[in-house]
Amino acid sequence: MNEILSSFFSNVAWWDIVWASLDTLAMLGGSLTLTLLLGLPLGIGLFLVSPKQLLSSPKTYAALSFAVNVLRSLPFVILLIAMIPVTVALTGTSLGVAGSIPSLVVAGTPFFGRLVESALREIDHGIIEASLAMGANTRQIVFGALLFEALPGILAAATVTAIALVSYTALAGVVGGGGLGDLAIRYGYQRFQLDVMFITVVLLLLIVQALQSAGQRLVLHFSR
Amino acid sequence: MIELQGVHKSYQVKGVAIPALAGVDMKVHSGEIFGIIGHSGAGKSTLIRIINLLERPTSGRVLVGGVDLLTLDDEALRQFRQGVGMIFQHFNLLGSKTVGENVAFPMKIVGKLDKAAIDRRVDELLQLVGLQAHKDKYPRQLSGGEKQRVGIARALANRPAVLLCDEATSALDPQTTRSILQLLREINETLQLTIVLITHEMDVIRTVCDRVAVIDSGRIVEEGPVTRVFLHPQHRTTQRFVQETESLSVEETRLAGMDRVRKTVHRLTFLQDTVHRPLLSQTAREHGVDFSILSGRFGQIKSTVCGQVTVAFEGEPTHVQAALTGLVAEGVTVEECLA
Repeated sequence: MNEILSSFFSNVAWWDIVWASLDTLAMLGGSLTLTLLLGLPLGIGLFLVSPKQLLSSPKTYAALSFAVNVLRSLPFVILLIAMIPVTVALTGTSLGVAGSIPSLVVAGTPFFGRLVESALREIDHGIIEASLAMGANTRQIVFGALLFEALPGILAAATVTAIALVSYTALAGVVGGGGLGDLAIRYGYQRFQLDVMFITVVLLLLIVQALQSAGQRLVLHFSR
Repeated sequence: MIELQGVHKSYQVKGVAIPALAGVDMKVHSGEIFGIIGHSGAGKSTLIRIINLLERPTSGRVLVGGVDLLTLDDEALRQFRQGVGMIFQHFNLLGSKTVGENVAFPMKIVGKLDKAAIDRRVDELLQLVGLQAHKDKYPRQLSGGEKQRVGIARALANRPAVLLCDEATSALDPQTTRSILQLLREINETLQLTIVLITHEMDVIRTVCDRVAVIDSGRIVEEGPVTRVFLHPQHRTTQRFVQETESLSVEETRLAGMDRVRKTVHRLTFLQDTVHRPLLSQTAREHGVDFSILSGRFGQIKSTVCGQVTVAFEGEPTHVQAALTGLVAEGVTVEECLA
């Protein structure tokens, strides 16, 4: 059994796989954390300044919205390359885990922000009206009511964002980001080692599956 | 207590001003239940939101407890709203929070009570609305009537002087509506609370209100004590609302076939103890006239027992006149009916 396995996966350097997996998880963990931290306020801001909302300001909304659209319409590969100077300035390198995180965050934040905005928009306006009638201020409405009501939607948005980031980390491999995507391209694609390709695909699939089911559980837990 | 003076409100839709309120003057006295009735689109939702400035009037004055609301800054307005409760047609409860947390929310907004005090007050309020057993449930697990009780408990949390009810029973079945209206009457009496409610159902007005305003196309077309407006409606809109509550409405068809030369038709209104006395047959016997009852209705307006019958008298005109004078002397309201 062992022999069959090792002959089929003759090209696989298992320690490389382990390190690449850890790199991918590190990129994902770091970029997801920063994306959530920056995207949540962005989404709340987008929602609040949008027309007919609490801090309605058409000009601010148009400006924010435009910036978000620009970042979202840029293909990630282009963004990665365009971000190199910024990344070097921020982290001192454009390679490896640290070098890929800024690009991932810049791509993930507007994506997550939009999803948060639409999750907040899903909430019945009656909730805001009732809170206003109680004499609540904007902070109390957002942190006392809206975020709780939107929590399942925000968790679903975080799940979608995490999965998008997994595929972005694979792309980041192209410019030397490291991780499973890097492995798949260097060994699997450029050296025709299909076994390496196979293993990386399976591992990426496992990560996506794990994120999806964890996200779904959380959404279900917080849906009342 | 609450006074609106010359309130106009219009909405801008694609650059065109659509009027919702066209000059409303209204006074609500302290401690009364004041009803506003109107069809959908008449402007009643806008009107009730003017009272706590969820809608800002385009022009006019809004005085509550002597304070001109339009002069308040944001912070002062928030403090004012903390002293006014409001309940809604669709309850607007936080689905992510328990019943207890929903009731606690307005007290957390004010931020003057500590956790233990809030918790005691929540228990007290849930007791008042009869939902002690449901404190840890989520709104989704409750029936419509129970949700509205949570809404009432939440609205009363900060001991408001005024409660605004926005179509509070319109999403409820008739039996649940009755129990919610009963609860509103109880809290009006025990807490000396001023209640303003809007509805499109005359039955709601009849059951709980002391005074009523009828609104049509952004204007108040009739206003007064419910007994008067209900029994002697003047405006056509009011008359239609009153007719909607009648189970039998045969008056007009029967009057049409009458021989108007020999008979005169009158509407007699009896209030309180005159309802229980045999006034009609006594008077007829005394003055030697006959009568037939064409239509009638009896019931209760809030706690006032009342009856109204449309009667055709037959006999010598002078005798009929004397009989009518006798009825008036006994406290019956007599109106001549026009077919």
